[in-house]
Amino acid sequence: MPRTRRTDTGNTRSTTRDRKRSRAVAAGFLLPALLLLGALVVYPIGYSVQRSLFDRSGSSFVGLDNYLALVTDDSLRTAVRNNLIWLVLAPAVATVLGLLFAVLTERVRWGTAFKLVVFMPMAISMLAAGIIFRLVYEQDPDRGVANAVWVGVHDTFAEASGFPRARPLPAHPLRAAGGGAYVTKEAVRAGEPVRLPLVGVAPGRMPEEARPARDPATPPTAGATGATVTGTAWLDFTKGGGGRPNVVDPAELGLAGLRIEAVRDGKVVATATAAADGTFALPGADGAVLRLPASNFREQYDGVEWLGPSLVTPAVIGAYVWMWAGFAMVLIGAGLAAVPRELLEAARVDGANEWQVFRRITVPLLAPVLVVVLVTLMINVLKVFDLVFVIAPGSAQDDANVLALQLYRSSFGTDADLGVGSAIAVVLLLLVLPVMAVNIRRIRRETRR
Amino acid sequence: MTSLTPRASTAPKASTAPKASPASPTSGSRASRIAARAAGGAVRVLLVLAGLFWLLPTAGLLFSSFRSPSDIAGSGWWEVFAAPAQLTTENYTRLLANGTITGSLLSTVLITVPATLLVLLLGSFAGYAFAWLEFPGRDWWFLGVVALLVVPVQVALVPVSKLFGAVGLFETTLGVVLFHTAFGLPFAIFLLRNFFAEIPRELLEAARLDGAGEVRLFTRVVLPLGGPAIASLGIFQFLWVWNDMLIALIFADSQSPPITVALQQQVRQFGNNVDVLAPGAFLSMVVPLAVFFAFQRQFASGVMAGAVK
Repeated sequence: MPRTRRTDTGNTRSTTRDRKRSRAVAAGFLLPALLLLGALVVYPIGYSVQRSLFDRSGSSFVGLDNYLALVTDDSLRTAVRNNLIWLVLAPAVATVLGLLFAVLTERVRWGTAFKLVVFMPMAISMLAAGIIFRLVYEQDPDRGVANAVWVGVHDTFAEASGFPRARPLPAHPLRAAGGGAYVTKEAVRAGEPVRLPLVGVAPGRMPEEARPARDPATPPTAGATGATVTGTAWLDFTKGGGGRPNVVDPAELGLAGLRIEAVRDGKVVATATAAADGTFALPGADGAVLRLPASNFREQYDGVEWLGPSLVTPAVIGAYVWMWAGFAMVLIGAGLAAVPRELLEAARVDGANEWQVFRRITVPLLAPVLVVVLVTLMINVLKVFDLVFVIAPGSAQDDANVLALQLYRSSFGTDADLGVGSAIAVVLLLLVLPVMAVNIRRIRRETRR
Repeated sequence: MTSLTPRASTAPKASTAPKASPASPTSGSRASRIAARAAGGAVRVLLVLAGLFWLLPTAGLLFSSFRSPSDIAGSGWWEVFAAPAQLTTENYTRLLANGTITGSLLSTVLITVPATLLVLLLGSFAGYAFAWLEFPGRDWWFLGVVALLVVPVQVALVPVSKLFGAVGLFETTLGVVLFHTAFGLPFAIFLLRNFFAEIPRELLEAARLDGAGEVRLFTRVVLPLGGPAIASLGIFQFLWVWNDMLIALIFADSQSPPITVALQQQVRQFGNNVDVLAPGAFLSMVVPLAVFFAFQRQFASGVMAGAVK
């Protein structure tokens, strides 16, 4: 003890004066911090607890009613439910990605650069990240990169959207059947080739595989016997003019991929898809009416409504993971650096493959770090506010609601209810109490040493 | 100590090392080497994709900020790769000439700098007291501070706004600074106390024998030795306050709001104001990004120490 050193030079009175002086010095060092903490952190806890037991106006005691409202009131319940989704999803995804990145970056030479890129979002504000993702999630695939990529992938793998805005002319043997479909004006017969002409497809939007249409008057290819109805579906339009309606002119293309159904007595009896030259064959369709279902004419796929009611919470969680996976990666990376390399090498020499080494050795050794990361992210996620506030458009904010956002609305919104706001604050505090207890236990052990 | 520093020398060479079982060193090694190379390729592809995934959103903001309003409305930012000529600094000049954004950036500085310095000052005072001064109940007081580490700021929003209203600090810069300081202090005290406690006792004893008082001891010995921890903490707190929106939204002067609040007000009409939002958001990111790239190591260690927060 530094202070006792002086006792050999003075008497007991000077030691008490000394002790008093040292206490005064300590108080001088501590007081500013403790005053601020007392007034702005400790006192508010007491205030919030007390205020949460009173009603909107603060005049009458309502007991735990404000807490009950969290499970009975619809909009509050949405907030609680969304917070649970956040709590389960966000920390887990961020931690798994962080682990993956931390382990994999050790195997490439540019791992440091990669880490820098992933860690960078930690430095920017949630507001800036929110604006960034507002741009990413824009609905129009020509503007929002998420939908641009999504639509690109969709159009690569899904069937081509067909022929939006294609339609028959009045002179054509087709009429609208409602719901966007077209049917032949008359029933079709086997042996009488059917003409299915359409217009309204821009030449540039025709399928690449489309070939000049085969005139239905020429005898069909093999396999057309008995009750099989054959015919041609083609784009009855000649570029540059000169085409005659209802006639297959030389340059006119087959509507490759057009779906055709034969309907008899309201039942579909056969279906076919037009070939590259527009020909099709419908076995057993004699006497049926041919229908071009509406799926042929659907509008172009427009991507996902990321910020709509059903996807807004996962979308905002995506932005959160973008921000915080780097945090998990850096912490886990530091833990990884402490894992003894010999252990991993020994396992490899014993014939363990990389997955086994990862699963049986790396992950168990990292378990304490993973727990710290998960718990930290969970505490953080409880309080998420900015991202939801900024990314969710006004119309979707009710669907994206979380506790911290509801607290803000209840406390400072137009129809504020400080009772409910304070109750949410207390709930947030209660939820972090276990972590507080763990922190205290750990520090007590350390200071006792 | 931070994983952002290159650690190539210690990285496992597993991806290139043959993993053949010892029993068949010759026959297996070729096949397994090919397998390992394929796996290494897969890892690279995966990381490149992930890297793109992390870069694209920010790139989108950056490119959008350099496009004219009509270009933004008409097509995606990736069009700049096809037509780089459409890039223009027009949005920035217009924004800076307007003055609102520059004014709010100034507000941000006026909040962030004092709030950071105050936390460092009061935090190191208290950290030193908890580490080296004798007073009754010292450990209990310290545990009390540790308990406050995880208290969410949300608990204090309503009570402090009432309190500030009563003493005339509501919607003032000083009020915002004090709020940030109070909520930065538990972590600051915790970090600095632990760091100061590691200072060798002999060093302090020697200074005391030379007749240094506690204040002198603090300024001449403790503060210089605490440099690295104070730097980490300062960077952490600086970014924390700079990036805050919630506290500023409630406590800051609505006539001269900091940048986050000013931009947030624009977000409400999101749609045809990307030419304001994108450059504004980017301007708000310039300082944090500069701090991040200049002090990666300190930032990373601050983040890691803050994992308890």
